[in-house]
Amino acid sequence: MDRAKRNHLIRIFIAIAVVYLAILVLEFTLRPTNILFTVLRKGAIYSLVAVSMNLLNGFTGLFSLGQAGFMLLGAYTYAIFTMPVSVKESERVYKYYECIVGFDTGAFIGLIAAGLVAAFFAFLIGLPVLRLKSDYLAIATLGFAEILRAIFQWDVLGPLTNGANLLREYKDLTRITLPFTDIPFPPTLFVFIVVGICILLIVLLINSSYGRAFKAIRDDETAAEAMGINLFRHKELSFVISSFFAGVSGALLAAFQYTVQAQQFKSMMTYEILLIVVIGGIGSISGSCIASFLYIALSEWWLRGLDMGRFLGIDAPDLFRSGFRRLVFSVIIMIIVLFFSKGIMGDKELSFERMKGFVKGIGRKKGVSK
Amino acid sequence: MKDLLRLENVTMQFGGVVAVNNLSMHVGEGEIVALIGPNGAGKTTAFNCITGVYEPSNGVISYDGKAIIRNHPTGRMRKIYAGQESGKYADEKILNPTPDEITKLGIARTFQNIRLFRSMTVFENVLTAMHVRAKENVFSAVLRLSWREEKSMAEDAEKLLEEQGLLSHRDDLATSLPYGLQRRLEIARALATRPHLLLLDEPAAGMNPQETQELSAFIRQIKERYDLTVLMIEHHMDLVMGISDRIYVLDFGSLIAEGTPDEVQNNQRVIDAYLGVAEDV
Amino acid sequence: MADFLHQNLSYFLSGISVGGQYALIAIGYTMVYGILRLINFAHGDVFMCAGLIMVYLSSSLPFAVSVPLVLIFTVLLGFIIERVAYRPLRSAPRMSVMISAIGVSYLLQNAALYFTGGLAKVYPALPWLSDSVVIWGATTRVVTIVTPFLTAALVVLLTLLIKHTKIGMAMRAVSRDFETSQLMGIRINRVISITFMIGSLLAAVASLLYFTNYASVTPTSGSMPGLKAFVAAVFGGIGSIPGAVIGAFIIGICENIIKGGSSIFGIPGSGWTTFSDAFTFAFLIIILIVKPTGLFGEKAVDKV
Repeated sequence: MDRAKRNHLIRIFIAIAVVYLAILVLEFTLRPTNILFTVLRKGAIYSLVAVSMNLLNGFTGLFSLGQAGFMLLGAYTYAIFTMPVSVKESERVYKYYECIVGFDTGAFIGLIAAGLVAAFFAFLIGLPVLRLKSDYLAIATLGFAEILRAIFQWDVLGPLTNGANLLREYKDLTRITLPFTDIPFPPTLFVFIVVGICILLIVLLINSSYGRAFKAIRDDETAAEAMGINLFRHKELSFVISSFFAGVSGALLAAFQYTVQAQQFKSMMTYEILLIVVIGGIGSISGSCIASFLYIALSEWWLRGLDMGRFLGIDAPDLFRSGFRRLVFSVIIMIIVLFFSKGIMGDKELSFERMKGFVKGIGRKKGVSK
Repeated sequence: MKDLLRLENVTMQFGGVVAVNNLSMHVGEGEIVALIGPNGAGKTTAFNCITGVYEPSNGVISYDGKAIIRNHPTGRMRKIYAGQESGKYADEKILNPTPDEITKLGIARTFQNIRLFRSMTVFENVLTAMHVRAKENVFSAVLRLSWREEKSMAEDAEKLLEEQGLLSHRDDLATSLPYGLQRRLEIARALATRPHLLLLDEPAAGMNPQETQELSAFIRQIKERYDLTVLMIEHHMDLVMGISDRIYVLDFGSLIAEGTPDEVQNNQRVIDAYLGVAEDV
Repeated sequence: MADFLHQNLSYFLSGISVGGQYALIAIGYTMVYGILRLINFAHGDVFMCAGLIMVYLSSSLPFAVSVPLVLIFTVLLGFIIERVAYRPLRSAPRMSVMISAIGVSYLLQNAALYFTGGLAKVYPALPWLSDSVVIWGATTRVVTIVTPFLTAALVVLLTLLIKHTKIGMAMRAVSRDFETSQLMGIRINRVISITFMIGSLLAAVASLLYFTNYASVTPTSGSMPGLKAFVAAVFGGIGSIPGAVIGAFIIGICENIIKGGSSIFGIPGSGWTTFSDAFTFAFLIIILIVKPTGLFGEKAVDKV
């Protein structure tokens, strides 16, 4: 490996270490109810699902809209796996059904299982669906997500899924402990570690020989096939891997929000994730992450005033009422889709050189205006 | 000389249109063979049959002495089939491999309208074509357990680029290359799959006489260096006549002549096909 | 058979009625797809907006005024969406246009959420249409009986328009070959605008019929009918109007029978209600696998 590349990697590692340290420090200094934690945790979870969607839509060129369905699978698997047997047997959660799952596991196994279940379903769904062309694929995956949602609310499966009712009291973020101890795991750090590992794996995949094959399929299916790349096998691979990580992010979401219900995983959720990917730039991992944090920060924090009657010091309760935030948001999204279709990063990745250039660019502009 | 590629009674019919009609031809090991004919004669369709893009309606294609593609009219095609020899293969097993399986056998191709991977650099284009020969699985690839293989692939790709004179463009976006170099890169990319048989679909399209001449030398050179057999579709007669060992001429989907360049040049049917026959008035 | 029919008559009737309403929406999908090769994800939301417009207009205007106004405003909405969100992306990759359509759908739903405050709005009872009638022992509303006839009449009208007028010919030409018809001097943008307007008009009519039956409008009440209508369009062979209509009726009837009481596979009917939506998608996936071109669709060959 040449020097420049090694230096580059070292710098990236240092940057990441700084981020993790900062989170650890925050976790011990700020109050746990601070809104910043909500943004960081949810932002990280959305980053993972956005990156997983980007792997499919951005890097393999498969326009799939099934992400919410795979998150649902992950969330339910995690909740059912990690809910203690004592809770399952009591009437606190399974009120109308006898729970048939007679075991419970730790959070780590729950996360892996969440990914595997989602991946397994993706494998089955992919067999028929991935032979379809772009927009048919979109509508078929959307359809499968809806079917999954219906199945999970089905009475007959009540003993497993608790029907249309909530699941709770499983290992949510407050109940996760350091391995082999009773010391609680710092929740935000936990989310960041899981998400970090997952995204790292996806990045490694994209930069491997398989990742290049995915990109080749995106660029030109016919040429990719002529180069000996088996279209179906690689599409299925990308679909299964993407769904695995969507499942993990669903599990994290379940852990983050303390309760989980199938009703939540509507196609609107997939649309939101897709729009995050578009804002970040289709084909850019760092773009998806930036867009996720931005999206969550805006909707959960900075634009909150739009719903509460007061924004930027302007009082207008008639205008700034419930729902205005989302309206403003969707207008912003349309503007990005129509006029800045490359998103924040295009298909490039964030790098130190780019950031330097960006900062310099701002400095130059200021200099001119003076 | 051993036949590397052999087509027998290959017919390709789309609905009611017979695009290739009962084509039989063979390409010997180490030969350069050209497939020519006026526009719409079915040359590219024949290529697409050989490479598995289309499933021929009837006939057998064998490679290295073994049948790789075989079909006979079934279902609806049986009723509307307008070609010949429909019964000949009716009792034999249908073979319908996908294009990637054909490539794995050692047949590589280029395209009439250049199809490079748009978002990739020159280097990555060639590297992608090596994926087919890689033994690693997805886990070892992600966890970088097979870094040795990746490294040797990268070295091979660089070597290939150097031999094709493209190394100075290594990190340029493939689509930013000048047209002639894009054609050359497409050939390099095909070579990266380690073929024995190379199919070139109009390699000289859009080139001026100077470039065409260079291309002619280039094809000879790669044929020697990589021990290739070449089948090409071409319209530039200078190129075709200059380097082909043998020529097949298609018109309206049917073979109308075959032979050495001299024989074909003096064939009346070929001349008619190209210049048109005076209709009786 | 007669017994089965009689027992399930009310489900059949509502199935036919809903089917007719889906058909009117499906035509909008199928025409737009035929011309632009775009799944107009926002079409179901246009249908929802038509319902909301009616709710707001009828609160202050008499029906004789508000009904035509609803049609006009919905057509305008369809026109504006095409103009603003799709036309600028005419030469962009197909994925971008589809994303834009999803964006519009997101925008319309959020706008509706804001204006309604998230509450279900009560749909006005249209005179005559919401009256009850009894047929062969089943009680239903006039709208149920009217829908299939109105749908049929509109489809015939539309078919005549496409077959025999100049604009209809232009539409057929554009859906056959976008580029060539442009070269032939057809004003593509005009044709596309008119297609969107016709689709929106039919969606508005469908909303009048549909919401009279369901009595309330929410910001998401367009998405399910929209998706189902799209499935109908795929089933019929996307691009084909008769196909879309037949597909819509089949889906409408099947889903209502599933909702209906009779037990299937030993599980009582109520157990399947959750699946009436899922059924549509299962149906879609089966079609896509067995016959992706649908009933009347044409096969496209990729050029290499």
